[in-house]
Formats: sequence, C-alpha cells, structure tokens
Amino acid sequence: MLKRLKNPTGYFILGGLAIFLVVQILLSAGILNNFWRGIIFWGAAITMVTLGLNLIFGFNGQFSLGQYGFYAIGAYGAADVTYRWVHEDPSGVVVVFFGLWLSLLLYALVSVLLRRFYGITVMTKFTAYLLATILAFWVAVKVLLPVLGPVTMTLLGALPEAVSQQIVFFIALLGGAGLAGIVSFIFGIPVLELGSDYFGIATLSFTIIIKVLLDNTDTLLPFPEMKGARGMIGIPQWTTWPWVFGTFMLVVVVMRNLLHSSSGRTILAVREDERAAELVGIDVNWAKILPFVMGSIFAGLAGGIRAHDMAFLHPQSFNFIQSFNPLIIVVFGGLGSMTGTILTGFIWIFLLEGLLRLYLPSGFETWRFVVYPLILLLMMLLRSEGLFGEYELPFLRRSALPLRRKVASEESEEVA
Amino acid sequence: MSILEIKDLYVSYGAIRALHGISFHVEEGEIVTLIGANGAGKSTTLRTISGLLRPDRGEILYDGEEITRLGGDAIVRRRLIQVPEGRRIFAPLTVLENLEMGAFTRDDKREVQASMEWVFELFPRLKERLEQAGGTLSGGEQQMLAVARALMAKPRVLLMDEPSMGLAPILVEEIFEVIEEINEQGVTILLVEQNAQMALSVAHRGYVLETGSIQLEGLSAELARNPQVREAYLGGG
Repeated sequence: MLKRLKNPTGYFILGGLAIFLVVQILLSAGILNNFWRGIIFWGAAITMVTLGLNLIFGFNGQFSLGQYGFYAIGAYGAADVTYRWVHEDPSGVVVVFFGLWLSLLLYALVSVLLRRFYGITVMTKFTAYLLATILAFWVAVKVLLPVLGPVTMTLLGALPEAVSQQIVFFIALLGGAGLAGIVSFIFGIPVLELGSDYFGIATLSFTIIIKVLLDNTDTLLPFPEMKGARGMIGIPQWTTWPWVFGTFMLVVVVMRNLLHSSSGRTILAVREDERAAELVGIDVNWAKILPFVMGSIFAGLAGGIRAHDMAFLHPQSFNFIQSFNPLIIVVFGGLGSMTGTILTGFIWIFLLEGLLRLYLPSGFETWRFVVYPLILLLMMLLRSEGLFGEYELPFLRRSALPLRRKVASEESEEVA
Repeated sequence: MSILEIKDLYVSYGAIRALHGISFHVEEGEIVTLIGANGAGKSTTLRTISGLLRPDRGEILYDGEEITRLGGDAIVRRRLIQVPEGRRIFAPLTVLENLEMGAFTRDDKREVQASMEWVFELFPRLKERLEQAGGTLSGGEQQMLAVARALMAKPRVLLMDEPSMGLAPILVEEIFEVIEEINEQGVTILLVEQNAQMALSVAHRGYVLETGSIQLEGLSAELARNPQVREAYLGGG
C-alpha cells in the first residue's frame, strides 16, 4: 500500500504528460476543431481563476467577489503588451517588464523601512506602497522607456520572429499576472483588515470599478487601443496548447506547494480562527495578503491566456455577474479542494459553453441565472462539502506530518 | 526589574472605555492573578498585553522593553504567550497539529520535541488523543489542549484568560494543579479568573479589578482574608 503511494509526484507528472500529449495529438490531427480547442483553453483559464478564488475563499476564508476584476486586469494588461508589440511599439513590453521588477524592488525597500517603526497604521502602509508603485511605473515610463525602448526593439528584432514572439508573449503573460498581483497587493492592504463580509463587498465594488474603467479606457484612461466599451480587437492569437498546459500546471504546482509549506499552515490557521492564529504567533496580515495576491496572480495569468485565445476583449465579459461563476464552481467543487475545483472548472465550461450551447435552443442562456442559483441551493442542502468532498489527488493531498509518519511507521512495523 | 510592568493603561472599545489607567507588575517566577466580576476589564487587559488590542494611553514593558505597539506575532516571538478565553483551539486540526501550531514561531526541532514531551507529561490524556480532531475533545480536554498549545511556544510568561470557565469542579482543580506545576518549572504566570477562590489559592499576589480600575492589591492570603473581597468574590463571609 505504502509503496504504491510512495511517489504520487511521479504519477502526477506522467498523468500530466499523457494528457498533454493526447490533447496535442488530437489538436494536430484536427479531431478537436477550433470550437473544442476554445472550450479546452477556456476551461483551463476559468479553472485557474477559480483555483485562485479557492485559495482566497476556500483555504483562507476571505469571501471575495473580485476575481473577475483581476482576471480583467490580466487580460487587458497582457493584451495591451502584445497589441503594441505587433504594432511596432515596444512600450508595453518595456514598461510592464521593468515596472514590475522596479515595484518589487521598491516594495522590498519600503517593507524594510516600515519595519523600523512600530504601530504603523494601515493607511500609512497603503500610502507608502502605493507611492512606491507609482514611482516605479513613473520611472519605467519616463526614464527607462526612452532608453530601453529602441534597444529592446533592436534586440528582439534581431531574433527570428517566432522566437521574439514567444518572448514577448511570455513577458505579456508575466506582465498581466504581475499587474493583477500588484493591484491586489495595494488593494488588499487596507481591505483585508476588514472582516470577511465587508471584504466581500469591497471586492465586489472592485470588480464594478474595473468594469467601469474598462468601459472608458479610451476616454478616462490613456489607452485608446483598448477602445472602451466597443471592445478591444486585434489582439494576436498567440495562445497555444503548450502555453495553456504550461501555465495551468504552473498554477497547480505553485498552489499545491504553497499550501503544503508552512505558509500554507498559516493560511489555513487564519481560516479556522484568526484570533487563535495570532496568539500562536502567526502574522495574520501577511497570512491574508499572501493568498489574496497569489490568487489574483493566478487570475491575471488566466486573463492573459484567455485574451490571446479569443483575440477580442469586451468589458461586458468582466462584469460582476460573471464574477459569480468562479464562486459557483468553487462551491460545487468543494471549498478547500483543489481536485474538486479543477474537475468542476473543466466540467462547467465543457457542459455549459460546450455541449449545452450546441444542443440546446438558443434561448437557454437567459435561463442560466435561474438555473444556477437553484442548483447551488440544492447543492448547499444536499452536499455542502462539494461534489468531490474531501477527495484530493494523491499529489495534491497534504503530506503526512513528520511526527505522524513516525507514529504510522511504528504501527506498520508492529504489523510486519 | 519586573518581567512585566503595566503603567497607566487606558483601553477603549470605540467610545466605551474599558480600562481607566491601570498599573501593575509581575515579577519573574510569580503567579499573579487579576480577579474581578464580568466586565471589570480582566480580559481586556490580557488582550492588550498580547497585542490584540491597542491602548489609548499607557505603557507595557516586558523584560525592560516597551512592547505596547508590537503586533501579536512579534509578542509571541518574545515568548509572552496567551491562553485565550474560551480555548480557541483549531477545531478541525488534530491534537498533534494543534500542538505543532503552538510551536509555530520556533524552528529548533529538537527543543520542540522536548516541549512536546514535557506537555505530554503534564497532560498524559492528550497523548492518548493525538490523532483526534481538536473539536471532538471534551471541554476539559480542550482547555488542556489550549494550555498545552501555549506551552509549545516555550513561554517565559503565560497569560491565562479564565482557564476554569465552563469546567466541572474536579477539572478546575486539575487545571490549577497544572498551573502550579508549570510555574514551579520556571514559567511566570498572569492569571485572570472569575473563580477568585481558586485563583487566590494558587497565586502569590493578586489585584482586584473593578470597572476598569484596580481597587485592591496584595498577597493572595491577605486578599483572601480581606472582608471586601470575601463579600464580593468569595461568597460572603
């Protein structure tokens, strides 16, 4: 028994590779057409968004409706980088890439600085980090861009187009995810101080704010290429199956490792009892910020993937009604179950956007928001632990604790 | 120098002031008790010391260092540990995991193991229940687990908030015996209790708290003889 479970990591890698190859072959052979290709990519994106939500809500207990806001930031952020690039403008690549690293650098400085003072208020902290971010991006735009813009253009231009395209896409995804992370960090500092319910309302308003801003990107914000409420077109369709698979696996592995680490313990402890967590010496603020930022990064990454598959973005796809989708999926899959979220996320898109769209008459979409809540209600009554309950794939399961393993091996020796 | 010194502490919940400038001190190796009725401000005092509440005014000195504005986690790292009121164990985690959470701020594995064994000596019953979820324990066992979890942090000073609350008399005695034993092993204890009789029987000194200010102080034996205390807290006289 023990031997068979001895290496879940091995099985996980093998299983992952098998799925990767099968889908790749089916795609190459043309058995899966563009419609189903889109469904698979969409499923992966939604699942990444939802895994992020599960980290925030399921594992950390902070009820959030902001996931689609970060999804939108990632999508528009990444799309803007590649859009500008294909229009011979390196500004997106340079500003996002260097702005991110500069922000991280300044954050490190600010946190060292703040640690010297006791009793810093939340608003001071918030202001300090906000100013650091503004400074970082100001430097990136005003100082670095004029110098590094042409350099980047020549350097990347010297490479074959297929290679430079992949590099730009990588930076775009990183940028989208990073922007989502930065925004969630700044937003999270004051808002996570609120209790869970207030946090839910604050994140809901966040999603609404993002949607309104996206509606006015060309008038209020200086991004005419996003075309406001008319929707952004002309995004290069660069998302391929290896990218989808790669980012998806990255999200799963990062989340799994985070949860299995000692930070993961603190995340769970805060969910169980914030006061008790503080009394055993957990930095509660950090234990809430960390999953919130990680979850938002996942959403941002998914946004980049989705944007470069659809090649079209519209603010309406990120309105707050949509942000209930990941919430419903999380509840279906089980709060605090990664396996449940993954399976439910894919099934959700496969059924609702795939099969049902093909086979049901066209009016059914109107009924969705009658049917979803009813299903959700039934779910809550009949199976509140989620479709898959406590089950986790062996690789994702929390490994046995050291001392427990000792106890277990003593027992097995006795049996032997 | 006192290990813990509270100077002129004012604490409010919004507009309601809970502590009106209390001052007291705890010497290393002592058991000191704060007794008083509901709403006297006993738990508020402990929470403020632990960094869960911010005082409006006043100072908290721990081992000579001012800790008034430190966060809860920083205070735990200085080995000033609170056993919270109402136990607050991690219900879904097993007893073992709860104990491990208690040692969260420590990274010396061998010493953590030693603390674990010490805890099992004090509470042999917990050892039998290692794999059981904390929430399924009886009230008395949960209280023991809460104390044990605090001990896993290797406290220099232990702040105990109503350890006898909701326990059967026999269990109360058991808990108090353990408190004395922990103290004999060198841990300073600040004990907050409604059960004044029990508290005064184990403590060296005591303070009587009434509506946010200290009314009386003295050696436990003196307080136990004091007619005012007898009337108000020890059931007449």
